[in-house]
Amino acid sequence: MGKDVVADLKKDYISKLLAKDMRADGRKLDEMRPLTIETDFIKSAEGSARVTLGNTQVIVGVKLILGEPFPDTPNSGVLTTNAELIPMASETFESGPPDRESIEVARVIDRGIREGHAVDMSKLVVEAGKEVWIMFVDVHVLDYDGNLFDAANIGANAALKTAVVPASRHGKGEDYPLPVLHQPISITAVKIDGKIMVDPTHDEERVADARLTAATIENGNLCAMQKGLDGAFTVEEVFKIVDLSRRLGAEARSKF
Amino acid sequence: MGGMTTDIKLIDEKGLRLDGRRPDEMRPLRIEAGVLKRADGSAYVEWGLNKVMAAVYGPRECHPRHLQNPERALVQCIYNMASFSVDDRKRPGPDRRSHEISKIIAEALTHVVFTEYFPRTSIDVYIEVLQANAGTRCAGLTAASVALADAGVPMRDLVASCAAGKVADTVVLDLGKEEDNFGQADIPVGFVPRTNEIVLLQMDGDLTNDEFTKGVNMAVGACKKVYEVQRDALKRRYSARAADEGVPGPAEEKREVA
Repeated sequence: MGKDVVADLKKDYISKLLAKDMRADGRKLDEMRPLTIETDFIKSAEGSARVTLGNTQVIVGVKLILGEPFPDTPNSGVLTTNAELIPMASETFESGPPDRESIEVARVIDRGIREGHAVDMSKLVVEAGKEVWIMFVDVHVLDYDGNLFDAANIGANAALKTAVVPASRHGKGEDYPLPVLHQPISITAVKIDGKIMVDPTHDEERVADARLTAATIENGNLCAMQKGLDGAFTVEEVFKIVDLSRRLGAEARSKF
Repeated sequence: MGGMTTDIKLIDEKGLRLDGRRPDEMRPLRIEAGVLKRADGSAYVEWGLNKVMAAVYGPRECHPRHLQNPERALVQCIYNMASFSVDDRKRPGPDRRSHEISKIIAEALTHVVFTEYFPRTSIDVYIEVLQANAGTRCAGLTAASVALADAGVPMRDLVASCAAGKVADTVVLDLGKEEDNFGQADIPVGFVPRTNEIVLLQMDGDLTNDEFTKGVNMAVGACKKVYEVQRDALKRRYSARAADEGVPGPAEEKREVA
């Protein structure tokens, strides 16, 4: 993220509010912004979703093509996740090859889907060891007001849930719904002035000391985590965020 | 996790792991500080079958210039795996995994460096994985903080790092390669012992709340042991340097193996 002087001014404002456990947009510290999910938004994709989380807006498209499995997983389809932080979404995003920020977003989304077994990859095999479905989950950020991790994660889950394997188009029999197993939902929290708040806005992210994303599945088990930024958490804060993630993740899941 | 299935028994009837370790046992760790001549600071870590070298240059002029911060030093990190470090040759150069690891290690180190002492500069940390056997990001971070101290960069503390995980439904410490490939979860942790802070944390796999709590506590406990080995390496390094200059110092301490 680019440097900017405004961040210092906003930091004072955010800090003053935080001293009273308040946030600039009136939310409680453990309150997510309003979430909307619109699926099947892109007809040319096998599955898609447009998600808004407050002012953050992302589109996730799922495409499936035929290809070869990895040699060490002959009985499994292939998952590839990509995130494009395009200049349209923020003055701080630049065009060009993915930078570390977008790679991190993509890899954290990927980790949630993969480790949370969002899709039964064993059902994406056409011929073991020879031909499988390669599943591309592409995250397109349209409007960036913080917390890409959760908006993109929710978008990916929603897009996968409605995706159809385009078998007939490739002469591989009838189309069938993508075999979805779980909804691994990630919830992200940041620490500012020693306080933990969920679903940070762009302004909050800019002044945050540390960030932690935790993804859970339906039974409450954890499937993926990522700590970010150069601040630190205590062990107790980590456990607190995991609890928040479990609770808020279940709430988000109920909106599917 | 690796997502592969296997018939290998990761934990035997006696509760021991493939390499004979108990669930809460770390692989042998050895650290040497000041192993490279040109770098301002360096460290070499052997951790089980991992061999990792870290070098630090700086504080020096910041490149690229537009990243300069007028108030602080920028801690930059490049984590790289040698093409021969794994069984199947790795294509040389950065990939998405190494970009991510570089980013989180730089962030973890930034937390402990007094970056405000060196405005506009860059402190460059290079981590080369020469031989990989699971846990290279922890070994890399552990080596990098010793290299920073060896370079004389003022720091609040060292960062120590170790992973916990789950194999065969058991929470274990410091996963080996087979355990990483065929296990059920991995939790790399970077920890600042003096302040009890977590500066690096990732997780993948499947863990209940109790397993996660146990795993994090186990990893934090191991970080404290790693920390002792790091400090010992630095003490030996400076005792040796003092001896070179004829300064009477404490007798060289025995090399510690955790």
